[in-house]
Amino acid sequence: MTRPRIRWHIVVFLAPAVLVYTAVMIFPLFNTLRLALYSEVDQSRVFVGLQNFQTLFFDPIWSEQFCNALGNNFWFFLIHMLVQNPIGIALAALLSHPRLRFAVLYRSAIFIPTILSFVIVGFAWKLILSPIWGIAPSMLDAVGLKSLFAPWLGKEEYALTTLALISVWQFVGIPMMLIYAALLSIPEEILEAGEVDGITGTSAFWKIKLPLILPSIGIISVLTFVGNFNAFDLIYAAQGALAGPDFSTDILGTFMYRTFFGFQLQLGDPHMGSAIAGAMFAIILLGVCVYLFGIQTRMRRYQL
Amino acid sequence: MKRNSLKLALLGGTLLASAAYAEDVTLTIESWRNDDLTLWQDEIIPAFEAKHPGIKVQFTPSAPAEYNAVLNSKLDAGSAGDLITCRPFDASLALYEAGHLTDLSSVEAMNNFSDVAKSAWQTDDGSASFCVPMASVIHGFIYNKDAFAELGLEVPTTEDEFFAALDKIKEDGTYIPMAMGTNDQWEAATMGYNNIGPNYWKGEEGRQALIAGEQKLTDEAWTAPYATLARWGAYLGDGYEAQTYPDSQNIFTLGRAAIYPAGSWEISGFNAQADFEMGAFKPPVQNAGDTCYISDHTDIGIGMNAATKNPEAAKTFLTWVASPEFAEIFGNALPGFFPLSSTPVELQDPLAKEIVGWREECESTIRSTYQILSRGTPNLENETWGASVAAIKGAKSPEELGAELQAGLASWYAPHQ
Repeated sequence: MTRPRIRWHIVVFLAPAVLVYTAVMIFPLFNTLRLALYSEVDQSRVFVGLQNFQTLFFDPIWSEQFCNALGNNFWFFLIHMLVQNPIGIALAALLSHPRLRFAVLYRSAIFIPTILSFVIVGFAWKLILSPIWGIAPSMLDAVGLKSLFAPWLGKEEYALTTLALISVWQFVGIPMMLIYAALLSIPEEILEAGEVDGITGTSAFWKIKLPLILPSIGIISVLTFVGNFNAFDLIYAAQGALAGPDFSTDILGTFMYRTFFGFQLQLGDPHMGSAIAGAMFAIILLGVCVYLFGIQTRMRRYQL
Repeated sequence: MKRNSLKLALLGGTLLASAAYAEDVTLTIESWRNDDLTLWQDEIIPAFEAKHPGIKVQFTPSAPAEYNAVLNSKLDAGSAGDLITCRPFDASLALYEAGHLTDLSSVEAMNNFSDVAKSAWQTDDGSASFCVPMASVIHGFIYNKDAFAELGLEVPTTEDEFFAALDKIKEDGTYIPMAMGTNDQWEAATMGYNNIGPNYWKGEEGRQALIAGEQKLTDEAWTAPYATLARWGAYLGDGYEAQTYPDSQNIFTLGRAAIYPAGSWEISGFNAQADFEMGAFKPPVQNAGDTCYISDHTDIGIGMNAATKNPEAAKTFLTWVASPEFAEIFGNALPGFFPLSSTPVELQDPLAKEIVGWREECESTIRSTYQILSRGTPNLENETWGASVAAIKGAKSPEELGAELQAGLASWYAPHQ
């Protein structure tokens, strides 16, 4: 009996990806989690177990900030789910209409903001909405609605929603593209069979297309969830690390950044920062698990 | 023969030169002020080297945002320069405590500086000073002289006059009374609270008492500035909530606003941008004749790497930095960054001269939150930013703000518990 030969080429081909991924993803992830279990006392690192997490969740000062950031993050996510994804689906449905002219042009135009840097988007929108130099006040003035203008980014009650909508503007192209691809993959025969049964137009969308693209919508929701709970760049570019006004736009990402690297006179605390990063990781993991085991397994799939 | 003697002369010259070269000591300076590179290379270093043959100096700045991290790793690796530009307070104190900076208390030239000037680079008990103070920035108000002349306004000295002037500018409507926004938050605390505040808490007296725990942030002296800031909101122009720091600078230098709550570091930028004449006035006092207090905030110093191989040369350089000669070169090259030595320095820039003149009339102090009080979590300086913004917007009452800040400070700072 011959022993199965070790297929070295598999190891060789896998090695680069495994090594790189381990070095830049897996090792930092576990090292961050490990760092969260330490604290610095008198210039030396001491193991403190779960004390950092206890401080984060139960110390009134920390937990208030954490809850504020978490609540803001949920609101940020909710706006994306309620605005970005429905608009993305609607745009995809319109674009996939066979008689629409210039579809390619629209598709590119809507997708372009996605490839812009957060910094550009942040600064551009900050200027557009600026009460001093921005075009938003003068445009509203031109249609006689000047009274509706407010310095949105500077008001506690509007700032987070405004930033969420800016983010929606930037990323609406992604659900649109994914749904568009899913819609194109629906075979003509099914739609034609529906037509024979008298299902056309809007009801064809609701009764045939929508159930068929539900798995894609699920994937988009998870991507949005992960993206939003990891978000940091846009808030940082537009409002700075303090996520003003009065922490009303503070999300977990900016909270973690401020704690980890320090800010102005606040010296950085890598251990508490890692604890926040650990909490973020747990939240995202939990969310993804809920989707994978709670929703995806129950989703009905249709054989196309 | 002639040829030989020439050779000999050349050889001798080379030998001498190399002998002299071997004696030369090269000092390297670590700094975050890469904006000042030409100033150091063209003015400061040549002036020093002319007086001290045998010591060569190299200025090697890194980017401001990376400075602390770069410096720390260089110090740990033992590759940092001989001289280290010091950030004020805890960042440098940490370096001293880690043994990276030398105690300079015994250096005689340190007596050229007042206690306030040295406070940014001392241990908490003041027993050791580890950096030579180089420059400070002073707070006050810069105003548009043309606008004041046009509206027939006098420069205000008391708070009543100040608000009367603001009212008049607002009524006229040509100018925005005051250019400041709350979007970036720090201006409200730095150019607002810590600008006008020292007049309420009596400068050093109040600041020291707060550190010692004898005064509380809920005291009248510490909440009254918030009450005054609350009155500012009405004069800051439409949409000030979303106005950023560069917005405010542009509004003022474009001549659209009459008064700018300022730090003196603005001077060179404003000189380049504004085409109207500017003047400055110090934070108005409550009643005419009151002693005035100004925030004369220590911002930059220079110390010696404890691991340097040339401690004597480094000390020579630091002594020179503490001298009036250095102060004059530095102060004139960077109007708005005022030398800290006790000997007055003749400045050329009229605006800078006006502002530095306040040191003669008023008592100097530093920003209240910088020493010791911003060491814990929540960080008092950052909290003060938010509180100042809330005061200007009228979101919270001065008493509420005082109570919140006090609670935050007391949560980690023993003298307040």
